[in-house]
Amino acid sequence: MNVTVLQFPGTNCEYDTRYAFEKLEAKVTIVWHKDYELPDNTDLVVIPGGFSYGDYLRSGAIARFANIMTAVQDFAAKGGKVLGICNGFQILLEAGLLPGAMKRNNTLHFISKYHHLKVINNDNTFLQELNQGDILNIPVAHHDGNYYIDEMGLKELENNGQILLKYCDEKGNLKSLNGSVEQIAGICNKQKNVFGLMPHPERAIETLLGCDDGVKMLQGFFK
Amino acid sequence: MKAIVNVALKRGVLDDQGKATHHALDTLGFKEIIKDVRVGKQIILELNSTNKEEAQAEVKKMCEKLLANTVIEDYDIEIVG
Repeated sequence: MNVTVLQFPGTNCEYDTRYAFEKLEAKVTIVWHKDYELPDNTDLVVIPGGFSYGDYLRSGAIARFANIMTAVQDFAAKGGKVLGICNGFQILLEAGLLPGAMKRNNTLHFISKYHHLKVINNDNTFLQELNQGDILNIPVAHHDGNYYIDEMGLKELENNGQILLKYCDEKGNLKSLNGSVEQIAGICNKQKNVFGLMPHPERAIETLLGCDDGVKMLQGFFK
Repeated sequence: MKAIVNVALKRGVLDDQGKATHHALDTLGFKEIIKDVRVGKQIILELNSTNKEEAQAEVKKMCEKLLANTVIEDYDIEIVG
């Protein structure tokens, strides 16, 4: 399994992401945003968290025009698997690889803490190791995670099983964290090869550091 | 020539920053006079162009491509000078 992790100016989760995938025995290559090509043998592209271009203008708005993003668009169009975590999710939205947009958290605060998530749909590569209704505890750390999509778009997400994860409490009752439409924390595209989520599974892979619920998520890509 | 671009959330998309600012102004004693508050951003472009129509068309392209996210935001362009 060959994982390519992108790196933009301001990315800060690339090494955590590498650590997480190497722990699962993937071969990880970090690729700089100015490159034009992904390594030939790439099985999965991960756009990690951080603050690409200082979140200037809008989170992800400038990163989506980086050289490497053309290669990512082509890779995704051919069915290649892409995962965006946090700022990576924002970049995928800005790039139009996932539907909807991010707004500032409705609390207007930067939220950094563990938060529970409910698995809404596991009929996809990413969450296949989990069951529908499973509750995970994964850290979030973002200012712009208030997911917005219009009503028609939301219906489409629901009908196609594209809603992957929602914020909930420890018992699994859905709970608003940041104002996201329908408490959405993660989605995928219609073809189910592009995935985006605000929480950080790569920060939850060692029990020593609190929790390893992220392992089950990332393992899906190894099947 | 200058282009002044104003970007704000669309009507119908909840503007939490506007709401919070509205609330703050209410508590500062402006409750009676305020109907609504919206927070947006202004982008000021100094242009090399001398042709107003051409400038308008180019800035529109910039808005659609980068300056606004048209999923959630509206923009307006004012060409001055």
